[in-house]
Amino acid sequence: MGDAYLDLVNSGAGAALAKRLGLPRPAPLLRHHPGDPLVDGPVLVLGGGPDADAVARLLSGPPGGSDGVPDGWDLDVHRHAAPDERYAAVVVVLTAVTHPDQLAAPVLEAASTLRGLRRGGRVITVSRPALATDAPAVAAARQGVDGLLRSLAKELRGGATGNGVVVAAGVPVTAPAAVAALRFLLSRRSAFVDGQLLDVDSDAGELPADWDRPLAGRVAVVTGAARGIGAVVADVLARDGATVVCVDVPAAGEGLTAVANRVNGTALQLDITAPDAGARILEHATSRHGGLHVVVHNAGITRDKLLANMTAEKWESVLAVNVAAQLAINEALLASGELVDAPRIVAMASTSGIAGNRGQTNYAASKGGIIGAVRATAPLLAPFGGTANAVAPGFIETDMTARMPALTRQVARRLNSLQQGGQPVDVAEAVAFLASPPAGGIVGRTLRVCGQNMVGR
Amino acid sequence: MRMSSPRPAYVLGGNRIPFARAGGAYAHASNLDMLTAALDGLVARFGLQGEVIGQVAAGAVLKHSRDFNLTRQAVLASPLSARTPATDAQEACATGVETVVALANKIALGQLESGVAGGVDSASDAPIVVGDRLRRTLLDANRAKTAPQRLATLARIRPKDLAPVAPRTDEPSTGLSMGEHQAITTARWGISREAQDEVALASHRHLAAAWDAGFFDDLATAYQGVVRDGNLRPDTSLEKLAALPPVFGKRLDTPATMTAGNSTPLTDGASTVLLGSAEWAAAHDLTPLAAVLDAEVAAVDFVHGEEGLLMAPAYAVPRLLARRGLTFEDFALIEIHEAFASTVLTTLAAWESDDFGRTRLALPGAFGVVPRDRLNVHGSSLAAGHPFAATGGRIVAMLAKALHQLKAQRASDEPVRGLVSVCAAGGLGIAAILEAA
Repeated sequence: MGDAYLDLVNSGAGAALAKRLGLPRPAPLLRHHPGDPLVDGPVLVLGGGPDADAVARLLSGPPGGSDGVPDGWDLDVHRHAAPDERYAAVVVVLTAVTHPDQLAAPVLEAASTLRGLRRGGRVITVSRPALATDAPAVAAARQGVDGLLRSLAKELRGGATGNGVVVAAGVPVTAPAAVAALRFLLSRRSAFVDGQLLDVDSDAGELPADWDRPLAGRVAVVTGAARGIGAVVADVLARDGATVVCVDVPAAGEGLTAVANRVNGTALQLDITAPDAGARILEHATSRHGGLHVVVHNAGITRDKLLANMTAEKWESVLAVNVAAQLAINEALLASGELVDAPRIVAMASTSGIAGNRGQTNYAASKGGIIGAVRATAPLLAPFGGTANAVAPGFIETDMTARMPALTRQVARRLNSLQQGGQPVDVAEAVAFLASPPAGGIVGRTLRVCGQNMVGR
Repeated sequence: MRMSSPRPAYVLGGNRIPFARAGGAYAHASNLDMLTAALDGLVARFGLQGEVIGQVAAGAVLKHSRDFNLTRQAVLASPLSARTPATDAQEACATGVETVVALANKIALGQLESGVAGGVDSASDAPIVVGDRLRRTLLDANRAKTAPQRLATLARIRPKDLAPVAPRTDEPSTGLSMGEHQAITTARWGISREAQDEVALASHRHLAAAWDAGFFDDLATAYQGVVRDGNLRPDTSLEKLAALPPVFGKRLDTPATMTAGNSTPLTDGASTVLLGSAEWAAAHDLTPLAAVLDAEVAAVDFVHGEEGLLMAPAYAVPRLLARRGLTFEDFALIEIHEAFASTVLTTLAAWESDDFGRTRLALPGAFGVVPRDRLNVHGSSLAAGHPFAATGGRIVAMLAKALHQLKAQRASDEPVRGLVSVCAAGGLGIAAILEAA
């Protein structure tokens, strides 16, 4: 979908005008292409202690590994801000802070680099969660990172983003999921993820042999794959090496055929609300592709109505398709005993399910339901090295949002720190990350892909 | 050189687009568009992108001269490997089944490991040709050596030469339409209007139930916004069917009984069937649904009035069953293509007739009775419509799936067989036996 305003303010005359009038000036976001370097420029790693050293070693180490680091990323890493250097990314490791006083030094050093941050730059904090069992000063310092990061992200311009990795107590910052989260947030795969703190809960998960094809050898099912975000999820999973089973209702068969043929996958036409949907998905994946590893619950519908005017049909159909169907499918898959090879379930939530949206009580109930469902499903998969997580898209440029009234759409696009709508590929990249083998340590979480939308967390 | 003895050739699946009435949703789709769409859906269902299929054989009854390599063009437009060979075939309404049999036989003989059979027809995008006089004049002008000669030749054209000639499916040897031919047969066997309407009603009810049950989820793929067969009338009734005026046999001495409701309409559509050896299926993680066991073709002399135009299957089936030592009781499912409701009924009547058995089949008496509860149980052409060359693929893929399901339900080693019987223009007919794998 086109964003004429974004194009305008990035043209010569339009840019000058927007600057003079103080209008929002969203920058075109840089997105991932296979073979791209992880970041294009030096990376500054700040903070003290063994965790900061470990992160610096990971980023700067040689590919293939040395010094107990299994695989380095061979980046140009600085440990102190060089004057006049333009950094591609700044990683602030704050796991060692025990008092809010200790935030000043690393944060202010990071601050000195922000004006020179490259286009599409990244600021990433690495911290520990504040717990009720922490000493008050420790908890204050740790929770402070949350407020700091969210505010910092709102200052960044030029398509730069600020995000954090919050690594649970006892989990090393070099745990697979922490490493993969750091890499995802550094990369252009996370172009529309902004102002988010991503929790890493355990050291489960496995680093991929090839970061460009982390899903090689994995069989993934994507529901609602005939069009929109689902079709792009199929594309991205296939690009990352997965064999993709594309699922949609028979009425969407023509689009489904095109997607399945594009990704060299297979098309499976079924209604996910059918009682045997889980069994049919499993039968197809195992008989045709030898297993099932990733399930992306993307299919969803909207039937917007103010609650005061809500009909039973509108309420029930949204809940049935958006959340009840995936609960039943998950139950069937879990009961089958086949979903045991480090499975990944990724479900599509929505910022509506977090912050609420007028006219979408049914949709928000279903999407909030998904956030609860993955939280409770992830522990069921943990014994097999599996996990379940959700992605909550904000305003994404799709056929669905293209149908919004023009002015509402223009306003909705600007209501986030990146001042633009995301693309379906941004959601798909987050799904692919959570579906990947190293993400096993992210347990029952919901990752927002919203450009730091003003509403909700 | 490998001299292999015959081995089973299996139906592995199929795909068709929902059929649409002529002049309807597919009015602007060509045979190539529709056959490619059916092939695309087959490739997507079975993950055959980039695959070299041993041979794709398909055809169309109503065909433009530009479509001389229709099937090959469809292969090239599909995600199959461009190294997949293709063949066009044409045998009127028997085209689809004939392509299945031809490829299955090649697989059985070890000449192929895999094949895709199919057919397509557009009664909407049919070729319109110019009259013979105009055509000859234009060809003469083309052969003229000088400009004056060419002008002189073209000057022979008269306004009446310019009237286009629409395609007809009338029998060239009799000038009668298929419906008029069948009306004669219907009258000869004394088939009632009510019996024909009942066959039509059952066809619509059965087909609607199959769609509702999701039976076609892995047999059909929506195309151009059409998600179910456009001719299907789930809410039709005997009363509604009885209200339709007769359209064929109005000049016969007997009351006319054939209506638009108990005859198939002109239809657009395409179908494909994936065939393979057991080895090829296993290598591609595909489950054989049914083996193509045997087939028989027949023809009747309708020109001199000896037999009805669409009665050839009444001869093909008894010969086929005799060769295999089988009776109707040995079949779990029986598919008789509903060109007209009365085609089914006259065929059944012939098999139940002592006289027909003795005089035409040289049997001691009647050939046999088809158990009606095994006949066309998922609906047939009266409800689905009948895009001539696409009907065979529709029937074979659907029957193979149904037989495979029955076999799984019965969980016994008893063979679960299905019979296909398709009549065709020109007094042709084809019959085939499938056996559940």
